[in-house]
Amino acid sequence: MIRGKSLSERLWAAAVWSLIGFFILNLFGLIATVVTSSFATRWLGTWLPAGWTTRWYTAAWTEFQLDDVMVVTFQIVFLVVALSGLIGVPAAYAMARRDFPGKRLVMLLFLLPLLVPPITFGIPLATVLYRTGLAGSMSGVVIANLVPTVPFVILVMIPFIEQVDPRIEAAARVFGAGTFQLFRHVLLPILAPGVLAALLLVLVRTIAMFELTFLTAGPTSQTLVVALYYAVFAAGVRSVQSIDAMAVIYMVTTLVWLVIALRFVNPTQIVARAKQQPAE
Amino acid sequence: MAIHAADFNELRLDRLSRAFGAVQALKDVTLTIRRGEFIALLGPSGCGKSTALNCLAGLLPSTGGGIWLDERRIDTLRPERRGFGMVFQNYALFPHMTVAKNVGFGLAMRGTPRAEIARRVEEAIGLVQLNGQEHKLPGQLSGGQQQRVAIARAIVIEPPLVLMDEPLSNLDAKLRLEMRAEIRRIHNTLGSTTIYVTHDQEEALSLADRIVVMRAGAVRQVGAPAELYAAPGTIDVAEFMGFRNRVEGTVTAIESGVATLSVDGGSLKGKATPGLKLTDRATLSARPEDMHPGDGAGLPVTVDSMEFRGREFVGYARTAAGAAMSFQAGSPVATGEVVRLVTDASRALVFPGVGL
Amino acid sequence: MRALAADHAPGLRVRLAAHGLDGVTLLVVPAALFVLGLFIYPFAYGFWLSFNPKAGGVLANYGRFFSDAYLYGTIATTLWLALPVTLLNLALAVPIAFRVRLMRRQRLLTTILVIPITLGTVLVAEGLLNYLGPQGWFNRTLLWLGLVSSPVRLINNYWGVFLSLLITGFPFTFLLTLSYLTGIDPALENAAATLGAKPAQRFRHIFLPLLLPGLAITFCLSFVQAFSVFPSAVLVGAPAGPTRVISIAAYQAAFEEYDYSMASAVAIVMGLVQLGIVAAVLGARGLLYRGPAGGGKG
Repeated sequence: MIRGKSLSERLWAAAVWSLIGFFILNLFGLIATVVTSSFATRWLGTWLPAGWTTRWYTAAWTEFQLDDVMVVTFQIVFLVVALSGLIGVPAAYAMARRDFPGKRLVMLLFLLPLLVPPITFGIPLATVLYRTGLAGSMSGVVIANLVPTVPFVILVMIPFIEQVDPRIEAAARVFGAGTFQLFRHVLLPILAPGVLAALLLVLVRTIAMFELTFLTAGPTSQTLVVALYYAVFAAGVRSVQSIDAMAVIYMVTTLVWLVIALRFVNPTQIVARAKQQPAE
Repeated sequence: MAIHAADFNELRLDRLSRAFGAVQALKDVTLTIRRGEFIALLGPSGCGKSTALNCLAGLLPSTGGGIWLDERRIDTLRPERRGFGMVFQNYALFPHMTVAKNVGFGLAMRGTPRAEIARRVEEAIGLVQLNGQEHKLPGQLSGGQQQRVAIARAIVIEPPLVLMDEPLSNLDAKLRLEMRAEIRRIHNTLGSTTIYVTHDQEEALSLADRIVVMRAGAVRQVGAPAELYAAPGTIDVAEFMGFRNRVEGTVTAIESGVATLSVDGGSLKGKATPGLKLTDRATLSARPEDMHPGDGAGLPVTVDSMEFRGREFVGYARTAAGAAMSFQAGSPVATGEVVRLVTDASRALVFPGVGL
Repeated sequence: MRALAADHAPGLRVRLAAHGLDGVTLLVVPAALFVLGLFIYPFAYGFWLSFNPKAGGVLANYGRFFSDAYLYGTIATTLWLALPVTLLNLALAVPIAFRVRLMRRQRLLTTILVIPITLGTVLVAEGLLNYLGPQGWFNRTLLWLGLVSSPVRLINNYWGVFLSLLITGFPFTFLLTLSYLTGIDPALENAAATLGAKPAQRFRHIFLPLLLPGLAITFCLSFVQAFSVFPSAVLVGAPAGPTRVISIAAYQAAFEEYDYSMASAVAIVMGLVQLGIVAAVLGARGLLYRGPAGGGKG
């Protein structure tokens, strides 16, 4: 790492840092606006609101039936997390440990749902789900959300499993462990941190997954982010502060899990899917 | 030979220092290197030898002292203005360039005319015996060939100084010996000045004209290989030079430079180092090959095991106090047997002080 | 007899295992079937459905799409948003990544940048409506600084969507670029410097060629994200006009006209445009050096 000390290099560095600063300032500005507005009594044409209140939170909670929405959201999210772990982790294990004919093709198959944006595959997927009568129900939403999360778990877990020395498993076999004992006493404890990290990332992504849920949800299977979309879309019907209170509730729900996830993963892993280059 | 080292008389490091926060990685290193010398910086990892090399190359700014090339101060120059050639530990070959492009990179950066680049690159490739590999990418070469490219790339710019950072550490044992001879051959052919960083004392002894032993960021001793091998100045330099056995005791006699040390259960003789006085507490330091089972006066030890080494045996033993000793013997000794070890008085060294 | 036969020729199980097919390999089957059934099949079904329009011949949907400016115009509208935003994101990400690479504690910055990605486009849209609105802090600051005399209109038009894509897209582009950049062995830069390369030469001869393949991938992923913009185009854009992007057309066909056949056709067109751009970029990438960005063994 060579750091320059000349004037032009200092100026260049200052310019780059102020760009970063400007971006972060605006990012926090937009978040702070939502938070401030949600606690405002009246806020028109001034820097700060006329007064402060928490009543928009109770208003939003009842107006948007958030207790139902929260229950549905977490049911969907936890089903997606559990199922993508159950389907994804064994597949990742097979992909990491075996070389079989057609493996590259299977890898491509798992990469595609991550590379194609959800709105592009969501429309044909929703069509199929409506034809089979699954859309509009909670199971339809769960199935749609699993399409990107199963491959996500697989791609996060493959490098993790690959770095576990297969001789550890061989050693366990030599010392007399059966398949179940091997799984229970050797694989599970070794893989647990990786699985936990992958599933936390799935959790964060699913709470924030708008497109797939939006395209497949019915009135009783909306998650928080979709409910927020409808509230913003129909702005004018409800007061701005009430919508902002709901946005804050959504933000807190997401960020709490993000903070938990960041204890176990590196922030860049949230975009990690793209580090997997398309088949070469 | 058209490639030749640029002219200068001497390179001086004047109290060169480098601190990382509160940690002094390099403390007041003062050293003069004459043109044409092969200098090895030797020391265990973390001793500051690589820091010193990076400061010389300009990759790491120094935080005190200066570097002078004759009357020109160079430690304030950026690395690209110093014009030194450097061979990196992992070679740092540009993976997207062919061998010829890699070797010619430094000349291209200097704006050398194309025809001259081609001529000098060809010559450098010939010097490291890589003819025919010019158009390969580094990824297609073996470790030894990559090493040769790295050397050619560093010398083709005719640098006043070639810096080598543990260049052989990634090669297997056989290749390492081969490249060692190769590095010395190239140094002699070009008459270049080389600073070579290593943690391997054998490498340093066999390659260098002078060895600089470093420890904890400071220079401990500078000397020719034979001098360092026979007369290390301090006990930790001695240890680094293969004096693995240490015995503490009291000096009972010093006669014509040979000290007699009374130790636990016997006595040992060794060369007295400067400053040693009668009745001092002192430490004897000896290589395993300079300790043998002998007569009744030596240090009693219990033998743990013996290893066959072809011409002789190497024994591992413990003193009554539990200190590990290794020694050489002409015939095996049974495990558990107590023998008395004596030293070769002209080769063992006695340093003043204990608990060193 | 069976035992004897087994001695001579390895059993089927052994032969399969030699090709890497055994019980463990079968673990991949549920996931593969799942993706086949819920990703590949819907695409194939949508493809088939798009050629079976509600009315008219096999190509009626595509004919309608490419003859109705209200529909085919969405391609240009979307490209006009997605391409500039992606290029700007990359243009910002590269110099910033070069600077941040030198930082010892990058984690705080990467954490901050992950926030907008995690919150998602809906929340960013709601925030921008407040923040960039005529009474919002952004305009208020501009007025206070005397940079403008009346509030700048930044929402419910092209710029609202543009800025929303910038806020969610830049961190994504940046984090990817950073990960590619940190994959380049720093010893290569040191080597180039000792050989006399000045900073600009080091960028041009060492970093750029090694980074370009990664930048191509980053461009593709960022572009595809931006091209499929949906909620922010509706919420902070002008969905009836300047930001009527292609996903809105697909959504309206499916959920307002209930014409799944037409919706599938639009989705296929959307997919093909993305594929076209990605194929062009990756094709160009094929001409570049692609290999390890390390400097040698070890």
